[in-house]
Amino acid sequence: MSAGDINLRDAPGSRARRIKDLAFQALLVISLAVGLITLGALLVDVVTTAWPRLDWRVLTNFPSGFPDRAGAQSAIMGTIWVVGLTGLICVPIGLGAAVYLEEYADEERWHNRLIELNIQNLAAVPSIVYGILGLGFISRALGFGQTVIAASLTLTLLVLPIMIISAREAIRAVPPSIRQASLALGATEWQTIRHQVLPAAVPGIATGSILALSRAIGEAAPLIMIGGLTFVTFNPDGPFSAFTVLPIQIFNWISRPQDEFRVLAAAAIVVLLVILLLMNATAILLRNRYGRRW
Amino acid sequence: MRTLMFLCALLSVGTTIAILIALAVPTLEFFGEVSLREFFTTSDWSPLFEPPGFGVLPLISATIVTTFWALVVCVPFGLGTAILLSEYASPRARSILKPVIELLAGIPTVVYGFFALTYVTPLLREHWPIGDPPSTFNALSAGLVMGVMILPIVASLSEDAMTAVPDSLRAGAAALGGSRLQVATRVVVPAALSGIVASFVLAISRALGETMIVLIAAGSAPQLTGDPREAMQTMTAFIASAGIGDQSTGSIGYKTIFAVGSTLFVATMVMNLFSIRLVRRFREVYE
Repeated sequence: MSAGDINLRDAPGSRARRIKDLAFQALLVISLAVGLITLGALLVDVVTTAWPRLDWRVLTNFPSGFPDRAGAQSAIMGTIWVVGLTGLICVPIGLGAAVYLEEYADEERWHNRLIELNIQNLAAVPSIVYGILGLGFISRALGFGQTVIAASLTLTLLVLPIMIISAREAIRAVPPSIRQASLALGATEWQTIRHQVLPAAVPGIATGSILALSRAIGEAAPLIMIGGLTFVTFNPDGPFSAFTVLPIQIFNWISRPQDEFRVLAAAAIVVLLVILLLMNATAILLRNRYGRRW
Repeated sequence: MRTLMFLCALLSVGTTIAILIALAVPTLEFFGEVSLREFFTTSDWSPLFEPPGFGVLPLISATIVTTFWALVVCVPFGLGTAILLSEYASPRARSILKPVIELLAGIPTVVYGFFALTYVTPLLREHWPIGDPPSTFNALSAGLVMGVMILPIVASLSEDAMTAVPDSLRAGAAALGGSRLQVATRVVVPAALSGIVASFVLAISRALGETMIVLIAAGSAPQLTGDPREAMQTMTAFIASAGIGDQSTGSIGYKTIFAVGSTLFVATMVMNLFSIRLVRRFREVYE
Protein backbone atom coordinates (compact mmCIF):
# COMPACT_ATOMS: atom_id res chain seq x y z
CA MET A 1 0.00 0.00 0.00
CA SER A 2 1.40 3.40 -0.95
CA ALA A 3 1.04 6.47 1.26
CA GLY A 4 -1.44 7.96 -1.20
CA ASP A 5 -4.03 5.29 -0.29
CA ILE A 6 -4.34 6.53 3.26
CA ASN A 7 -7.18 8.96 3.75
CA LEU A 8 -5.80 11.50 6.20
CA ARG A 9 -9.21 13.09 6.81
CA ASP A 10 -10.29 9.83 8.43
CA ALA A 11 -7.13 9.43 10.50
CA PRO A 12 -7.65 8.47 14.15
CA GLY A 13 -8.39 11.51 16.30
CA SER A 14 -9.25 13.76 13.33
CA ARG A 15 -12.24 16.03 13.49
CA ALA A 16 -13.91 14.58 10.39
CA ARG A 17 -13.78 11.14 11.90
CA ARG A 18 -15.29 12.26 15.20
CA ILE A 19 -18.14 13.98 13.37
CA LYS A 20 -18.79 10.92 11.22
CA ASP A 21 -18.85 8.70 14.30
CA LEU A 22 -21.28 11.01 16.07
CA ALA A 23 -23.56 11.26 13.03
CA PHE A 24 -23.63 7.48 12.74
CA GLN A 25 -24.47 7.10 16.42
CA ALA A 26 -27.26 9.63 16.02
CA LEU A 27 -28.71 7.56 13.17
CA LEU A 28 -28.59 4.45 15.33
CA VAL A 29 -30.36 6.20 18.19
CA ILE A 30 -33.03 7.39 15.75
CA SER A 31 -33.53 3.76 14.63
CA LEU A 32 -34.10 2.69 18.20
CA ALA A 33 -36.39 5.67 18.79
CA VAL A 34 -38.65 4.63 15.89
CA GLY A 35 -39.52 1.41 17.73
CA LEU A 36 -39.81 2.97 21.16
CA ILE A 37 -41.85 6.00 20.06
CA THR A 38 -44.27 3.86 18.06
CA LEU A 39 -44.74 1.57 21.05
CA GLY A 40 -45.45 4.61 23.23
CA ALA A 41 -47.82 6.20 20.69
CA LEU A 42 -49.71 2.93 20.31
CA LEU A 43 -50.24 2.50 24.05
CA VAL A 44 -51.24 6.15 24.55
CA ASP A 45 -53.62 6.03 21.55
CA VAL A 46 -55.34 2.88 22.83
CA VAL A 47 -55.69 4.02 26.44
CA THR A 48 -56.87 7.56 25.66
CA THR A 49 -59.41 6.27 23.13
CA ALA A 50 -60.64 3.66 25.58
CA TRP A 51 -60.69 5.91 28.64
CA PRO A 52 -64.36 7.08 28.56
CA ARG A 53 -65.55 3.51 28.16
CA LEU A 54 -63.23 1.73 30.62
CA ASP A 55 -65.73 0.50 33.17
CA TRP A 56 -67.29 -2.76 34.34
CA ARG A 57 -69.63 -2.95 31.36
CA VAL A 58 -66.73 -4.21 29.22
CA LEU A 59 -66.33 -7.19 31.52
CA THR A 60 -69.94 -7.91 32.55
CA ASN A 61 -72.04 -7.22 29.43
CA PHE A 62 -72.53 -9.29 26.30
CA PRO A 63 -72.18 -8.04 22.70
CA SER A 64 -75.10 -5.93 21.60
CA GLY A 65 -76.19 -3.77 18.67
CA PHE A 66 -76.31 -0.84 21.11
CA PRO A 67 -72.80 0.36 21.90
CA ASP A 68 -73.90 1.60 25.34
CA ARG A 69 -74.94 -1.84 26.46
CA ALA A 70 -72.30 -3.89 24.68
CA GLY A 71 -69.50 -5.68 26.50
CA ALA A 72 -66.95 -8.39 25.90
CA GLN A 73 -67.87 -11.00 28.49
CA SER A 74 -68.57 -13.82 26.03
CA ALA A 75 -65.30 -12.98 24.24
CA ILE A 76 -63.29 -13.02 27.47
CA MET A 77 -64.80 -16.35 28.55
CA GLY A 78 -64.30 -17.66 25.02
CA THR A 79 -60.63 -16.68 25.13
CA ILE A 80 -60.20 -18.43 28.49
CA TRP A 81 -61.87 -21.59 27.17
CA VAL A 82 -60.03 -21.70 23.85
CA VAL A 83 -56.59 -20.84 25.22
CA GLY A 84 -57.00 -23.04 28.31
CA LEU A 85 -57.87 -26.04 26.15
CA THR A 86 -55.01 -25.16 23.77
CA GLY A 87 -52.63 -25.27 26.73
CA LEU A 88 -53.96 -28.67 27.87
CA ILE A 89 -53.35 -30.17 24.42
CA CYS A 90 -50.27 -28.27 23.34
CA VAL A 91 -48.04 -28.39 26.44
CA PRO A 92 -47.84 -32.21 26.83
CA ILE A 93 -47.33 -32.79 23.09
CA GLY A 94 -44.75 -30.04 22.80
CA LEU A 95 -42.91 -31.30 25.85
CA GLY A 96 -42.89 -34.87 24.51
CA ALA A 97 -41.51 -33.73 21.19
CA ALA A 98 -38.87 -31.60 22.91
CA VAL A 99 -37.72 -34.46 25.18
CA TYR A 100 -37.47 -36.78 22.19
CA LEU A 101 -35.47 -34.33 20.11
CA GLU A 102 -33.11 -33.34 22.93
CA GLU A 103 -32.64 -36.63 24.82
CA TYR A 104 -33.19 -39.45 22.34
CA ALA A 105 -32.87 -38.27 18.77
CA ASP A 106 -29.68 -38.98 16.89
CA GLU A 107 -29.06 -35.78 14.97
CA GLU A 108 -27.25 -37.60 12.19
CA ARG A 109 -30.32 -39.61 11.18
CA TRP A 110 -32.16 -38.12 8.21
CA HIS A 111 -35.63 -38.36 9.74
CA ASN A 112 -34.58 -36.39 12.82
CA ARG A 113 -32.98 -33.72 10.66
CA LEU A 114 -36.21 -33.57 8.66
CA ILE A 115 -38.26 -33.09 11.83
CA GLU A 116 -35.93 -30.31 12.90
CA LEU A 117 -36.06 -28.42 9.58
CA ASN A 118 -39.80 -28.94 9.50
CA ILE A 119 -40.34 -27.37 12.94
CA GLN A 120 -38.26 -24.35 11.97
CA ASN A 121 -40.31 -23.89 8.82
CA LEU A 122 -43.66 -24.40 10.61
CA ALA A 123 -42.75 -21.68 13.11
CA ALA A 124 -42.69 -19.22 10.20
CA VAL A 125 -45.79 -20.36 8.30
CA PRO A 126 -48.35 -17.49 8.28
CA SER A 127 -51.11 -17.91 10.83
CA ILE A 128 -53.79 -17.51 8.15
CA VAL A 129 -52.49 -20.73 6.54
CA TYR A 130 -53.17 -22.52 9.84
CA GLY A 131 -56.63 -20.98 9.57
CA ILE A 132 -57.07 -22.57 6.16
CA LEU A 133 -55.92 -25.90 7.63
CA GLY A 134 -58.38 -25.42 10.49
CA LEU A 135 -61.20 -24.66 8.06
CA GLY A 136 -60.55 -27.43 5.53
CA PHE A 137 -59.29 -30.15 7.83
CA ILE A 138 -60.38 -29.69 11.44
CA SER A 139 -63.62 -27.79 10.98
CA ARG A 140 -65.00 -29.35 7.78
CA ALA A 141 -63.27 -32.71 7.07
CA LEU A 142 -63.10 -33.89 10.70
CA GLY A 143 -66.46 -32.28 11.40
CA PHE A 144 -65.57 -30.24 14.49
CA GLY A 145 -67.48 -27.29 13.05
CA GLN A 146 -67.31 -23.82 14.51
CA THR A 147 -66.56 -24.85 18.09
CA VAL A 148 -64.16 -24.18 20.96
CA ILE A 149 -62.37 -27.49 20.33
CA ALA A 150 -61.88 -26.73 16.60
CA ALA A 151 -60.33 -23.38 17.61
CA SER A 152 -58.09 -25.01 20.23
CA LEU A 153 -56.85 -27.69 17.84
CA THR A 154 -56.06 -25.04 15.20
CA LEU A 155 -54.19 -22.90 17.72
CA THR A 156 -52.38 -25.98 19.06
CA LEU A 157 -50.89 -26.64 15.64
CA LEU A 158 -50.04 -22.95 15.34
CA VAL A 159 -48.13 -22.60 18.63
CA LEU A 160 -46.69 -26.11 18.82
CA PRO A 161 -43.45 -25.16 17.03
CA ILE A 162 -42.92 -22.27 19.48
CA MET A 163 -43.67 -24.59 22.41
CA ILE A 164 -41.24 -27.24 21.14
CA ILE A 165 -38.46 -24.74 20.48
CA SER A 166 -38.71 -23.12 23.93
CA ALA A 167 -39.04 -26.46 25.78
CA ARG A 168 -35.95 -27.72 23.96
CA GLU A 169 -34.00 -24.69 25.08
CA ALA A 170 -35.06 -25.29 28.70
CA ILE A 171 -34.02 -28.97 28.50
CA ARG A 172 -30.74 -28.15 26.79
CA ALA A 173 -29.87 -25.75 29.61
CA VAL A 174 -29.72 -28.64 32.09
CA PRO A 175 -26.00 -29.56 32.24
CA PRO A 176 -24.94 -33.04 31.02
CA SER A 177 -23.15 -33.70 34.33
CA ILE A 178 -26.54 -34.15 36.03
CA ARG A 179 -27.55 -36.78 33.48
CA GLN A 180 -24.21 -38.54 33.77
CA ALA A 181 -24.38 -38.63 37.58
CA SER A 182 -27.86 -40.10 37.45
CA LEU A 183 -26.91 -42.72 34.84
CA ALA A 184 -23.76 -43.59 36.82
CA LEU A 185 -25.93 -44.32 39.87
CA GLY A 186 -27.75 -46.95 37.82
CA ALA A 187 -30.86 -44.99 36.76
CA THR A 188 -32.36 -45.82 33.36
CA GLU A 189 -32.54 -43.20 30.64
CA TRP A 190 -36.23 -42.62 31.33
CA GLN A 191 -35.71 -42.39 35.12
CA THR A 192 -32.99 -39.82 34.51
CA ILE A 193 -35.30 -37.73 32.36
CA ARG A 194 -38.30 -38.12 34.66
CA HIS A 195 -36.56 -37.47 37.99
CA GLN A 196 -33.58 -35.27 37.10
CA VAL A 197 -33.82 -33.48 33.76
CA LEU A 198 -37.50 -32.50 33.71
CA PRO A 199 -37.69 -31.19 37.30
CA ALA A 200 -34.59 -29.09 36.66
CA ALA A 201 -36.09 -27.73 33.44
CA VAL A 202 -39.56 -26.92 34.86
CA PRO A 203 -39.09 -23.14 35.27
CA GLY A 204 -37.86 -22.79 31.69
CA ILE A 205 -40.65 -25.01 30.36
CA ALA A 206 -43.28 -23.06 32.29
CA THR A 207 -41.94 -19.76 30.97
CA GLY A 208 -41.92 -21.10 27.40
CA SER A 209 -45.47 -22.46 27.71
CA ILE A 210 -46.78 -19.11 28.93
CA LEU A 211 -45.07 -17.30 26.05
CA ALA A 212 -46.47 -19.78 23.52
CA LEU A 213 -49.98 -19.36 24.93
CA SER A 214 -49.69 -15.58 24.92
CA ARG A 215 -49.11 -15.89 21.18
CA ALA A 216 -52.31 -17.95 20.96
CA ILE A 217 -54.33 -15.35 22.90
CA GLY A 218 -53.62 -12.59 20.38
CA GLU A 219 -54.43 -14.58 17.23
CA ALA A 220 -57.49 -13.56 15.26
CA ALA A 221 -56.85 -14.54 11.63
CA PRO A 222 -56.90 -18.36 11.98
CA LEU A 223 -60.04 -18.27 14.12
CA ILE A 224 -61.85 -16.01 11.66
CA MET A 225 -61.33 -18.79 9.10
CA ILE A 226 -63.08 -21.42 11.21
CA GLY A 227 -66.04 -19.13 11.76
CA GLY A 228 -65.25 -17.43 15.05
CA LEU A 229 -66.69 -14.18 13.72
CA THR A 230 -70.26 -14.67 14.80
CA PHE A 231 -72.56 -12.80 17.10
CA VAL A 232 -72.20 -14.83 20.31
CA THR A 233 -74.18 -13.53 23.28
CA PHE A 234 -73.50 -16.42 25.65
CA ASN A 235 -70.46 -17.91 27.37
CA PRO A 236 -69.16 -21.25 26.08
CA ASP A 237 -70.31 -24.17 28.25
CA GLY A 238 -68.04 -26.87 26.89
CA PRO A 239 -65.57 -27.83 24.17
CA PHE A 240 -68.35 -28.23 21.60
CA SER A 241 -69.93 -24.86 22.25
CA ALA A 242 -69.92 -21.98 19.75
CA PHE A 243 -67.50 -19.24 20.71
CA THR A 244 -65.95 -15.89 20.05
CA VAL A 245 -62.60 -14.63 21.39
CA LEU A 246 -61.29 -11.19 22.34
CA PRO A 247 -59.22 -10.43 19.20
CA ILE A 248 -62.17 -11.34 16.99
CA GLN A 249 -64.60 -9.29 19.06
CA ILE A 250 -62.16 -6.38 18.78
CA PHE A 251 -61.94 -6.82 15.01
CA ASN A 252 -65.73 -6.92 14.80
CA TRP A 253 -66.05 -3.63 16.69
CA ILE A 254 -63.28 -1.95 14.69
CA SER A 255 -65.03 -2.79 11.41
CA ARG A 256 -68.27 -1.06 12.44
CA PRO A 257 -68.72 2.49 11.21
CA GLN A 258 -69.94 4.07 14.50
CA ASP A 259 -67.31 5.78 16.64
CA GLU A 260 -68.83 4.33 19.82
CA PHE A 261 -67.82 0.87 18.68
CA ARG A 262 -64.27 2.05 17.96
CA VAL A 263 -64.10 3.26 21.57
CA LEU A 264 -65.43 -0.08 22.74
CA ALA A 265 -62.79 -1.84 20.62
CA ALA A 266 -60.11 0.22 22.38
CA ALA A 267 -61.55 -0.76 25.77
CA ALA A 268 -61.44 -4.44 24.79
CA ILE A 269 -57.85 -3.97 23.57
CA VAL A 270 -56.95 -2.66 27.04
CA VAL A 271 -58.44 -5.84 28.55
CA LEU A 272 -56.47 -7.99 26.09
CA LEU A 273 -53.21 -6.13 26.76
CA VAL A 274 -53.71 -6.39 30.55
CA ILE A 275 -54.19 -10.18 30.24
CA LEU A 276 -51.03 -10.41 28.11
CA LEU A 277 -49.10 -8.24 30.56
CA LEU A 278 -50.13 -10.42 33.50
CA MET A 279 -49.06 -13.57 31.63
CA ASN A 280 -45.70 -12.12 30.67
CA ALA A 281 -45.11 -10.80 34.18
CA THR A 282 -45.80 -14.31 35.51
CA ALA A 283 -43.32 -15.75 33.03
CA ILE A 284 -40.60 -13.28 34.04
CA LEU A 285 -41.32 -13.86 37.74
CA LEU A 286 -41.06 -17.64 37.28
CA ARG A 287 -37.79 -17.27 35.45
CA ASN A 288 -36.23 -14.92 37.98
CA ARG A 289 -37.48 -16.78 41.04
CA TYR A 290 -37.00 -20.41 40.10
CA GLY A 291 -34.70 -20.23 37.11
CA ARG A 292 -31.21 -21.54 37.87
CA ARG A 293 -27.94 -20.73 36.17
CA TRP A 294 -25.68 -23.77 36.05
CA MET B 1 -42.33 -43.67 26.43
CA ARG B 2 -39.71 -43.10 23.79
CA THR B 3 -42.07 -44.12 21.00
CA LEU B 4 -44.80 -41.88 22.41
CA MET B 5 -42.46 -38.92 22.41
CA PHE B 6 -41.25 -39.74 18.92
CA LEU B 7 -44.89 -39.59 17.83
CA CYS B 8 -45.20 -36.13 19.41
CA ALA B 9 -42.23 -34.98 17.34
CA LEU B 10 -43.66 -36.67 14.28
CA LEU B 11 -46.88 -34.71 14.73
CA SER B 12 -45.02 -31.66 13.42
CA VAL B 13 -44.29 -33.47 10.18
CA GLY B 14 -47.94 -34.58 10.19
CA THR B 15 -48.97 -30.92 10.43
CA THR B 16 -46.96 -30.04 7.34
CA ILE B 17 -48.42 -32.97 5.42
CA ALA B 18 -51.91 -31.99 6.57
CA ILE B 19 -51.32 -28.41 5.42
CA LEU B 20 -50.07 -29.66 2.04
CA ILE B 21 -53.03 -32.00 1.53
CA ALA B 22 -55.60 -29.53 2.86
CA LEU B 23 -54.26 -26.95 0.43
CA ALA B 24 -53.52 -29.17 -2.56
CA VAL B 25 -56.82 -31.00 -3.00
CA PRO B 26 -59.16 -27.98 -3.29
CA THR B 27 -56.44 -26.10 -5.20
CA LEU B 28 -56.24 -28.82 -7.84
CA GLU B 29 -60.04 -28.83 -8.08
CA PHE B 30 -59.90 -25.06 -8.48
CA PHE B 31 -57.48 -25.31 -11.37
CA GLY B 32 -59.76 -27.89 -12.97
CA GLU B 33 -62.29 -25.07 -13.34
CA VAL B 34 -60.02 -22.04 -13.80
CA SER B 35 -56.93 -22.14 -16.00
CA LEU B 36 -53.51 -21.36 -14.53
CA ARG B 37 -53.14 -18.83 -17.30
CA GLU B 38 -56.27 -16.90 -16.27
CA PHE B 39 -55.26 -17.05 -12.58
CA PHE B 40 -51.73 -15.74 -12.98
CA THR B 41 -51.97 -13.41 -15.98
CA THR B 42 -55.32 -11.58 -15.84
CA SER B 43 -56.09 -8.76 -13.45
CA ASP B 44 -59.81 -8.88 -12.74
CA TRP B 45 -60.34 -10.34 -9.25
CA SER B 46 -64.02 -10.85 -8.44
CA PRO B 47 -64.39 -14.57 -7.66
CA LEU B 48 -67.54 -14.18 -5.57
CA PHE B 49 -69.50 -12.09 -8.09
CA GLU B 50 -71.33 -12.80 -11.36
CA PRO B 51 -69.61 -12.97 -13.81
CA PRO B 52 -66.61 -14.09 -11.76
CA GLY B 53 -63.04 -12.98 -12.50
CA PHE B 54 -60.11 -15.07 -11.32
CA GLY B 55 -57.04 -12.93 -12.05
CA VAL B 56 -54.96 -13.01 -8.87
CA LEU B 57 -52.55 -10.22 -9.93
CA PRO B 58 -54.29 -7.44 -7.94
CA LEU B 59 -53.94 -9.49 -4.76
CA ILE B 60 -50.28 -10.23 -5.49
CA SER B 61 -49.49 -6.60 -6.31
CA ALA B 62 -51.20 -5.42 -3.10
CA THR B 63 -49.20 -7.96 -1.09
CA ILE B 64 -45.98 -6.71 -2.70
CA VAL B 65 -46.86 -3.05 -2.06
CA THR B 66 -47.65 -3.55 1.66
CA THR B 67 -44.57 -5.76 2.09
CA PHE B 68 -42.39 -3.14 0.40
CA TRP B 69 -43.50 -0.38 2.79
CA ALA B 70 -43.03 -2.70 5.76
CA LEU B 71 -39.45 -3.32 4.62
CA VAL B 72 -38.86 0.42 4.21
CA VAL B 73 -39.43 0.68 7.97
CA CYS B 74 -38.03 -2.54 9.36
CA VAL B 75 -34.83 -2.96 7.32
CA PRO B 76 -33.00 0.31 8.08
CA PHE B 77 -34.40 0.89 11.57
CA GLY B 78 -34.21 -2.78 12.56
CA LEU B 79 -30.60 -2.98 11.42
CA GLY B 80 -29.78 0.34 13.10
CA THR B 81 -31.27 -0.92 16.36
CA ALA B 82 -29.27 -4.13 16.06
CA ILE B 83 -25.97 -2.30 15.49
CA LEU B 84 -26.70 0.03 18.40
CA LEU B 85 -27.48 -2.86 20.75
CA SER B 86 -24.60 -5.06 19.66
CA GLU B 87 -21.78 -2.53 19.09
CA TYR B 88 -22.56 0.54 21.18
CA ALA B 89 -24.89 -0.23 24.07
CA SER B 90 -23.49 -1.21 27.46
CA PRO B 91 -24.53 -4.70 28.62
CA ARG B 92 -26.87 -3.07 31.13
CA ALA B 93 -28.55 -0.83 28.54
CA ARG B 94 -28.87 -3.77 26.19
CA SER B 95 -30.50 -5.93 28.85
CA ILE B 96 -33.19 -3.26 29.30
CA LEU B 97 -33.65 -2.11 25.67
CA LYS B 98 -33.79 -5.50 23.98
CA PRO B 99 -36.84 -6.78 25.90
CA VAL B 100 -38.59 -3.42 25.38
CA ILE B 101 -38.08 -3.65 21.61
CA GLU B 102 -39.23 -7.26 21.69
CA LEU B 103 -42.47 -6.11 23.35
CA LEU B 104 -43.38 -4.85 19.88
CA ALA B 105 -43.43 -8.44 18.67
CA GLY B 106 -45.75 -9.50 21.48
CA ILE B 107 -48.55 -7.06 20.71
CA PRO B 108 -51.47 -8.80 18.94
CA THR B 109 -51.78 -7.90 15.28
CA VAL B 110 -55.40 -6.81 15.66
CA VAL B 111 -54.11 -4.06 17.98
CA TYR B 112 -51.68 -2.89 15.29
CA GLY B 113 -54.60 -2.84 12.86
CA PHE B 114 -56.52 -0.58 15.23
CA PHE B 115 -53.46 1.67 15.58
CA ALA B 116 -52.97 1.89 11.81
CA LEU B 117 -56.62 2.74 11.14
CA THR B 118 -57.31 5.14 14.01
CA TYR B 119 -53.93 6.82 14.50
CA VAL B 120 -51.49 6.45 11.60
CA THR B 121 -53.97 6.93 8.75
CA PRO B 122 -55.48 10.16 10.19
CA LEU B 123 -51.92 11.37 10.89
CA LEU B 124 -50.89 10.73 7.26
CA ARG B 125 -54.06 12.33 5.90
CA GLU B 126 -53.59 15.49 7.96
CA HIS B 127 -49.92 16.02 7.21
CA TRP B 128 -49.70 14.74 3.64
CA PRO B 129 -47.13 17.02 1.92
CA ILE B 130 -47.82 16.73 -1.83
CA GLY B 131 -50.74 15.62 -4.01
CA ASP B 132 -53.88 13.89 -2.77
CA PRO B 133 -53.78 12.49 0.76
CA PRO B 134 -54.24 8.73 1.27
CA SER B 135 -57.79 7.38 1.45
CA THR B 136 -59.36 6.12 4.70
CA PHE B 137 -58.20 2.62 3.85
CA ASN B 138 -54.73 2.61 2.31
CA ALA B 139 -51.77 0.31 1.81
CA LEU B 140 -49.22 2.82 3.10
CA SER B 141 -50.45 3.03 6.67
CA ALA B 142 -50.90 -0.76 6.88
CA GLY B 143 -47.41 -1.34 5.45
CA LEU B 144 -45.65 1.15 7.73
CA VAL B 145 -47.31 -0.23 10.88
CA MET B 146 -46.52 -3.77 9.74
CA GLY B 147 -42.89 -2.65 9.44
CA VAL B 148 -42.83 -1.63 13.10
CA MET B 149 -44.39 -4.95 14.06
CA ILE B 150 -41.63 -6.85 12.21
CA LEU B 151 -38.82 -4.57 13.39
CA PRO B 152 -38.00 -6.77 16.43
CA ILE B 153 -37.44 -9.78 14.14
CA VAL B 154 -34.82 -7.92 12.13
CA ALA B 155 -33.30 -6.28 15.22
CA SER B 156 -33.16 -9.46 17.26
CA LEU B 157 -31.86 -11.87 14.60
CA SER B 158 -29.33 -9.37 13.23
CA GLU B 159 -28.12 -8.65 16.74
CA ASP B 160 -27.66 -12.38 17.37
CA ALA B 161 -25.63 -12.65 14.17
CA MET B 162 -23.45 -9.68 15.10
CA THR B 163 -22.91 -10.90 18.66
CA ALA B 164 -21.69 -14.19 17.17
CA VAL B 165 -18.85 -12.36 15.41
CA PRO B 166 -15.76 -13.04 17.56
CA ASP B 167 -14.32 -10.08 19.49
CA SER B 168 -10.88 -10.82 18.06
CA LEU B 169 -12.09 -9.40 14.72
CA ARG B 170 -13.22 -6.19 16.42
CA ALA B 171 -9.99 -5.93 18.38
CA GLY B 172 -7.95 -6.51 15.23
CA ALA B 173 -9.77 -3.79 13.31
CA ALA B 174 -9.49 -1.36 16.21
CA ALA B 175 -5.77 -2.09 16.55
CA LEU B 176 -5.33 -1.16 12.90
CA GLY B 177 -6.79 2.24 13.69
CA GLY B 178 -10.42 1.61 12.77
CA SER B 179 -13.00 3.85 14.41
CA ARG B 180 -16.12 2.35 16.01
CA LEU B 181 -18.06 3.31 12.90
CA GLN B 182 -15.53 1.56 10.66
CA VAL B 183 -15.38 -1.52 12.88
CA ALA B 184 -19.17 -1.77 12.89
CA THR B 185 -19.83 -1.13 9.21
CA ARG B 186 -16.73 -2.62 7.56
CA VAL B 187 -15.96 -5.59 9.81
CA VAL B 188 -18.90 -6.68 11.97
CA VAL B 189 -21.75 -6.16 9.49
CA PRO B 190 -19.97 -7.92 6.58
CA ALA B 191 -18.95 -10.78 8.90
CA ALA B 192 -22.55 -11.20 10.08
CA LEU B 193 -24.04 -10.62 6.64
CA SER B 194 -25.64 -14.01 6.09
CA GLY B 195 -27.44 -13.76 9.44
CA ILE B 196 -28.55 -10.21 8.68
CA VAL B 197 -29.86 -11.18 5.26
CA ALA B 198 -31.64 -14.14 6.88
CA SER B 199 -33.44 -11.71 9.18
CA PHE B 200 -34.54 -9.64 6.17
CA VAL B 201 -35.83 -12.73 4.39
CA LEU B 202 -37.75 -13.82 7.47
CA ALA B 203 -39.17 -10.30 7.71
CA ILE B 204 -40.41 -10.56 4.10
CA SER B 205 -42.02 -13.88 4.93
CA ARG B 206 -43.80 -12.36 7.94
CA ALA B 207 -44.97 -9.36 5.92
CA LEU B 208 -46.34 -11.54 3.11
CA GLY B 209 -48.37 -13.58 5.58
CA GLU B 210 -49.59 -10.83 7.91
CA THR B 211 -53.37 -10.66 7.89
CA MET B 212 -55.14 -8.54 10.50
CA ILE B 213 -53.32 -5.24 9.89
CA VAL B 214 -54.01 -5.25 6.15
CA LEU B 215 -57.54 -6.57 6.63
CA ILE B 216 -58.36 -3.68 8.99
CA ALA B 217 -56.35 -0.81 7.50
CA ALA B 218 -55.71 -1.50 3.80
CA GLY B 219 -59.30 -2.09 2.75
CA SER B 220 -61.00 -4.72 0.64
CA ALA B 221 -60.88 -3.37 -2.90
CA PRO B 222 -58.88 -5.64 -5.20
CA GLN B 223 -57.22 -3.30 -7.68
CA LEU B 224 -54.01 -3.41 -9.62
CA THR B 225 -52.10 -0.31 -8.58
CA GLY B 226 -48.75 0.57 -7.12
CA ASP B 227 -50.06 3.74 -5.45
CA PRO B 228 -49.85 3.10 -1.69
CA ARG B 229 -52.40 5.85 -0.97
CA GLU B 230 -55.14 3.68 -2.43
CA ALA B 231 -57.16 0.96 -0.78
CA MET B 232 -56.18 -2.53 -1.90
CA GLN B 233 -56.73 -6.15 -0.95
CA THR B 234 -53.79 -8.45 -0.20
CA MET B 235 -53.84 -12.23 -0.57
CA THR B 236 -54.22 -12.68 3.18
CA ALA B 237 -57.00 -10.09 3.42
CA PHE B 238 -58.90 -11.86 0.64
CA ILE B 239 -58.56 -15.23 2.39
CA ALA B 240 -59.82 -13.78 5.67
CA SER B 241 -62.73 -11.88 4.16
CA ALA B 242 -63.79 -14.93 2.13
CA GLY B 243 -63.51 -16.93 5.36
CA ILE B 244 -65.82 -14.45 7.12
CA GLY B 245 -68.32 -14.98 4.32
CA ASP B 246 -68.65 -18.67 5.34
CA GLN B 247 -68.36 -20.32 1.90
CA SER B 248 -70.12 -23.67 1.55
CA THR B 249 -67.77 -26.64 1.12
CA GLY B 250 -67.03 -27.43 -2.53
CA SER B 251 -68.28 -24.11 -3.93
CA ILE B 252 -65.94 -22.17 -6.21
CA GLY B 253 -65.64 -19.46 -3.54
CA TYR B 254 -64.45 -22.10 -1.06
CA LYS B 255 -61.86 -23.47 -3.50
CA THR B 256 -60.64 -19.96 -4.28
CA ILE B 257 -59.56 -19.57 -0.62
CA PHE B 258 -57.30 -22.60 -1.02
CA ALA B 259 -55.89 -21.55 -4.38
CA VAL B 260 -54.84 -18.17 -2.96
CA GLY B 261 -53.68 -19.91 0.24
CA SER B 262 -51.42 -22.23 -1.77
CA THR B 263 -49.87 -19.29 -3.59
CA LEU B 264 -49.15 -17.61 -0.25
CA PHE B 265 -47.87 -20.80 1.37
CA VAL B 266 -45.41 -21.51 -1.45
CA ALA B 267 -44.13 -17.92 -1.41
CA THR B 268 -43.53 -17.91 2.37
CA MET B 269 -42.03 -21.41 2.43
CA VAL B 270 -39.43 -20.49 -0.17
CA MET B 271 -38.48 -17.49 1.99
CA ASN B 272 -38.36 -19.54 5.20
CA LEU B 273 -36.17 -22.32 3.82
CA PHE B 274 -33.84 -19.74 2.28
CA SER B 275 -33.50 -17.93 5.61
CA ILE B 276 -32.97 -21.16 7.60
CA ARG B 277 -30.11 -22.04 5.25
CA LEU B 278 -28.52 -18.62 5.63
CA VAL B 279 -28.69 -18.82 9.44
CA ARG B 280 -27.04 -22.25 9.38
CA ARG B 281 -24.24 -20.81 7.33
CA PHE B 282 -23.24 -18.12 9.80
CA ARG B 283 -23.58 -20.56 12.73
CA GLU B 284 -21.21 -22.95 11.01
CA VAL B 285 -18.62 -20.25 10.45
CA TYR B 286 -18.23 -19.08 14.01
CA GLU B 287 -19.29 -21.89 16.35
